[in-house]
Amino acid sequence: MNDALISYILHLADNTLILAQQNSAWCAHGPILEQDIAITNISLDLLGQARNFYQYAAQIINSAKAPSPLKRAGGEVTEDTLAYLRDTRDFKNCLLVEQANGDWGKTILRQFLFSNYQYLLYEKLQHSNDEQIAAIAAKALKEVIYHLRWSSEWVIRLGDGTEESHQRMQNAIDELCMYVDELFTKADYETALLKENISVDVSLLKNAWYKKTGEIFSEATLKIPENVFQQTGGKQGIHTERLGYILAEMQFMQRAYPNSVW
Amino acid sequence: MNDESNIQVKKVWKILETVMDPEVPVLSITDLGIVRNVKIDASNKINITITPTYTGCPAMDVINMNIRMCMLENGYKDFEIKTVLSPAWTTDWMSEAGKQKLKAYGIAPPNPKQIVCTTDVFQEEEAIQCPHCNSYNTQLISRFGSTACKALYKCNDCFETFDYFKCH
Ligand SMILES: [Zn+2]
Repeated sequence: MNDALISYILHLADNTLILAQQNSAWCAHGPILEQDIAITNISLDLLGQARNFYQYAAQIINSAKAPSPLKRAGGEVTEDTLAYLRDTRDFKNCLLVEQANGDWGKTILRQFLFSNYQYLLYEKLQHSNDEQIAAIAAKALKEVIYHLRWSSEWVIRLGDGTEESHQRMQNAIDELCMYVDELFTKADYETALLKENISVDVSLLKNAWYKKTGEIFSEATLKIPENVFQQTGGKQGIHTERLGYILAEMQFMQRAYPNSVW
Repeated sequence: MNDESNIQVKKVWKILETVMDPEVPVLSITDLGIVRNVKIDASNKINITITPTYTGCPAMDVINMNIRMCMLENGYKDFEIKTVLSPAWTTDWMSEAGKQKLKAYGIAPPNPKQIVCTTDVFQEEEAIQCPHCNSYNTQLISRFGSTACKALYKCNDCFETFDYFKCH
């Protein structure tokens, strides 16, 4: 049970950390100042969620008597060891969040697809039998509402904008839609925690997600392609090549200068 | 709780009233509703419970340290600061005095009725009062402002831009 719980919390944490890291690359590169600030604000919210989840995972790992491979760094596990000292195969984020930023349209679309999922997930997760997971979800849900509204409005503006912005959004959909099904495919650790009502059955979120996406896309004059091959694996640690590059940059300082602080 | 510890608790609250929010320095952490509880346990240890405004609020570590410094300066050694997430902080916990101080500082205080906290797109925005000239003829520039807790507005009468402490 403990292993599944730790994996589940790390999955929730990794999703938010990787998306936060990717969004933060827009800092000082946004198309206009206000939206630059918006995407970095969202990044900060996601990073806050990641920290809460990692802190909780660290607490459970440290209190477990059994030796854990995560304790290899020697001594106590912290939020930082979990973020900076695990390899790609240890990361359990879904493939969607590790896809490249691309242009502004693709970043917006990735945020919308994920926020729509995260909103539905946290709505359920705030009633989890695990008190700390429930508390983190309830707190973050208020922020996710802002992310979802903001990204929905931008999908509509760009989709129903100029010929070029419309084309770029449609391209982004074609690039990202193969990573959607994974969001609703249960990993073994999610299944294991269902009985105790700790995790959420993500397969049950699919209809509501498609309904909302359909509404926003139709207002944005965008189409969801059908019968697209679906790639999964991220939640089990099987990632696309790109995660390696993300971690190489994010973890560089701790890998090159272990335990450095500033 | 006996009288002695009652007096102690009141003293600690008074001390916490002097700890300012590092991002909005006119507000104390009690004005903001960040301090949730002060309790003295059986071994006479003081337990201070705080909660973050936003999940990613980068000020929490500083606030934690400032509470620690302030308590030490006032001669307290045996205390513990605990951060809780539940129940989640809401702008409704901001004190009336806090809202007045915010406005005087040039930040529009949060509206009491939280009508914007839904996922519907392009909703009609709440009427936010300009903290400079009191006009309601204002418009949203960005839902995300200089810090996580604020949105950016513009006044159409005095043409000043201002921060709005958004509902949460
Ligand atoms: Zn004005």
